[in-house]
Amino acid sequence: MRRSLLFLPGNNPAILNNADVFDCDCVIFDLEDAVSIDEKDAARSLVVQALKTFEHTKIERLVRLNGVDTSLFQADLAALLEAKPDGLMIPKATVETITSVNQQIDALDAHSSILLFPLVESPKGILEVQTIAILPRVKGILFGGEDFAQSMQIERTKEGWEIFTARSLVAMACKAANIDAFDTPFTDTFDEVGLRKDALLAKQLGMSGKACIHPNQIAVVQAVFSPSEQAIFQARRIVKAFEEHQKQNKGVFSLDGKMVDKPIYERAKHLLEEARQLGLWRESDEK
Amino acid sequence: MKNSLSRDILDHQKPFVSVHDYQNHPHQTIAKKVKTEHVVFVYTIEELMRHLNLKNGMCFSFHHHLRSGDQVINTVCNELIKQNLADLTIAPSSIFPTYHGLYDLIRNRQVKTIHTNYLNGPIATLINQKYLSDYLYMHTHGGRARAIEWGEIAIDVAFLATPAVDKQGNGTGREGKNACGTLGYAISDLEYAKTVVLVTDTILDRLQAVDFDASYVDYVLVLDSIGEAEGIVSGTTKLTRDPVGLKIASQTVALLDELGMITPHFSMQTGAGGISLAVTEFVKQRMIQNKITARFASGGITKSYVEMLEAGLVEALYDVQCFDLDAALSVKNNANHHAMSASEYANPYHPNPIVNDLDFVILGATEIDLDFNVNVTTDSFGKIIGGSGGHADTAAGAKVAIITTQLIRSRLPIIKKRLTTITTPGDSIDILVCERGIAINPKRQDLIQRLQGSNLPLFSMEDLYHLQHQLTGIPKELPHKEPIIGFVIYRDGSVLDTLYQY
Repeated sequence: MRRSLLFLPGNNPAILNNADVFDCDCVIFDLEDAVSIDEKDAARSLVVQALKTFEHTKIERLVRLNGVDTSLFQADLAALLEAKPDGLMIPKATVETITSVNQQIDALDAHSSILLFPLVESPKGILEVQTIAILPRVKGILFGGEDFAQSMQIERTKEGWEIFTARSLVAMACKAANIDAFDTPFTDTFDEVGLRKDALLAKQLGMSGKACIHPNQIAVVQAVFSPSEQAIFQARRIVKAFEEHQKQNKGVFSLDGKMVDKPIYERAKHLLEEARQLGLWRESDEK
Repeated sequence: MKNSLSRDILDHQKPFVSVHDYQNHPHQTIAKKVKTEHVVFVYTIEELMRHLNLKNGMCFSFHHHLRSGDQVINTVCNELIKQNLADLTIAPSSIFPTYHGLYDLIRNRQVKTIHTNYLNGPIATLINQKYLSDYLYMHTHGGRARAIEWGEIAIDVAFLATPAVDKQGNGTGREGKNACGTLGYAISDLEYAKTVVLVTDTILDRLQAVDFDASYVDYVLVLDSIGEAEGIVSGTTKLTRDPVGLKIASQTVALLDELGMITPHFSMQTGAGGISLAVTEFVKQRMIQNKITARFASGGITKSYVEMLEAGLVEALYDVQCFDLDAALSVKNNANHHAMSASEYANPYHPNPIVNDLDFVILGATEIDLDFNVNVTTDSFGKIIGGSGGHADTAAGAKVAIITTQLIRSRLPIIKKRLTTITTPGDSIDILVCERGIAINPKRQDLIQRLQGSNLPLFSMEDLYHLQHQLTGIPKELPHKEPIIGFVIYRDGSVLDTLYQY
């Protein structure tokens, strides 16, 4: 499960050291925007050493590389393929860039099991997202709302209607390709209420997780993207009732005055599976 | 010789035996001062000095309620330099880096001994360089009060900064242009010093409340200014935004929940560090959520506690020291915000010190060892960076004493096999909470049983000890250097540890 992805600057040793104490599902060691140009080499070296030295067993470790169009990319890619994080985040993703990254990985290490997480943050990327989602090694796509808004020359708002379509397209493309869709970070790190609202909207649109830019955002994001106790309870009731009706060869039926059919049953099963993976529910509890 | 914690102390000293050993020794106070003369008001430091007839070898005390804003200690020490007095004992309740006059006095090698409860900055450096002809004695807040009451710190003159004084010579900290709130650390000085001088910049006809009773006061020195009240705002009163600190704080509150400690009419002390303030905030949220009120909070009081008192979440505050101006204003205006003396707060021999009534206390650590002994006096190089204050007192008194600290600080692991300095004995520490887990003192099987089956990340201290080394490597132990520069004195007057030059 990748509910929360925490960006951590790649040039801060104390933060790299503590990467696994924040209870997020993934960390993204950032070599791109969080690192000034004069610290790029040092940050790359630091992240490589952190990956090799620390086990960080409880989390998935991704690294955001510098852009494919920069002079830093090739050195980043070579160093990180050797350091073996769980995945690489590729900024300014388009079909062309991700295809190129795949070719370069093949050239360096054809058997690499590294996963790719394209960061789609341009109008071109959004329009190509359906294809990006099915490219090799791609296991999830992060939507970058800030850069997208900048490319579109539109103002970002907390309500986020200006990125509604882009978010929806990313979520749909990922669902169609059966990969994860990650929502853009909420940039006001002091506004917990706003963060919750934004995360709920993203979940409602079909995102499976959300990027965080401060550890203090993780608890809210994790809570939003985890099945609630109430939802688990209701899903258990639906599954139980549906399976009992199936045994009696009955089709559609009503629970609490609402119709229950196969799609609703499947959704309830999916929610229980998520809850099981997160340790929030055990099948044995039912027996 | 070695004390019961295997720390080297001098042969003639009283060794630390145990946290509760004080119960085996009787309370032996000297007589409180009896004074018959009227209070004499003087208007210059020179005039005061003519009255006092100070001599070599005397002991002078001060309190630290004006914290970094205090000018009284500087004014008096500058005068002591002029008089060229020698072999002095200076006993401020704490020492701040802004005490330049005291720095100069020590640098002139006029000071033999220092008794204090907290110390850092340039004066700590001077003491490390062996500028005292005798030693530094680091007490606890309750222990200092006891030592004064027993005559172990025999004060010849107490120079007490007093924000307002009335015409009879009564004093208060709650009024005046430099109001600082309570004056709790100075009450023993007031009652037991041979001579008491209140130093003020505000004379009022009548005081709303009296902190210093004129019956103990010999002189009132009226100056243009005794300092800056703004300086009383501690640097450690801001809620942390540090995510590791917040993680520790939220973990601590989850632990308190599991232990059933946030229940109606509980009592607490959380201090003023960044993590402590976050704990206070999270406890407050739980209390609002579960409609729980606390019986009292105590110690140094911050704005955060004042807000809880005003919101009806806490029934009373017992305040020995106001950490900010909101607290100073509250103790003046709110009848449920009570001032208390250091003795009422933490003296083990007081009939019912507030620390004994605490359900839990949250404390910090610069180091902790496998036996839960804690250091807050020196860093891992041996440099003096603080002191007990109320650390050892509250740990001994509270039902549950919790240490909150980062496991790794500035690349250094904080769990040691052997501490650089012991400030608080491990027998009085129950729990360590750090960013990677929680360790319960095996001596508290009751707490361990209570937490069985919880989802908290529980580890043994040994587990955390090894975990930290996986991240940092094992640092080389630094052998301490001779000579001895001072001693850590436990609240019962026994010697807990020896301080060496680093």
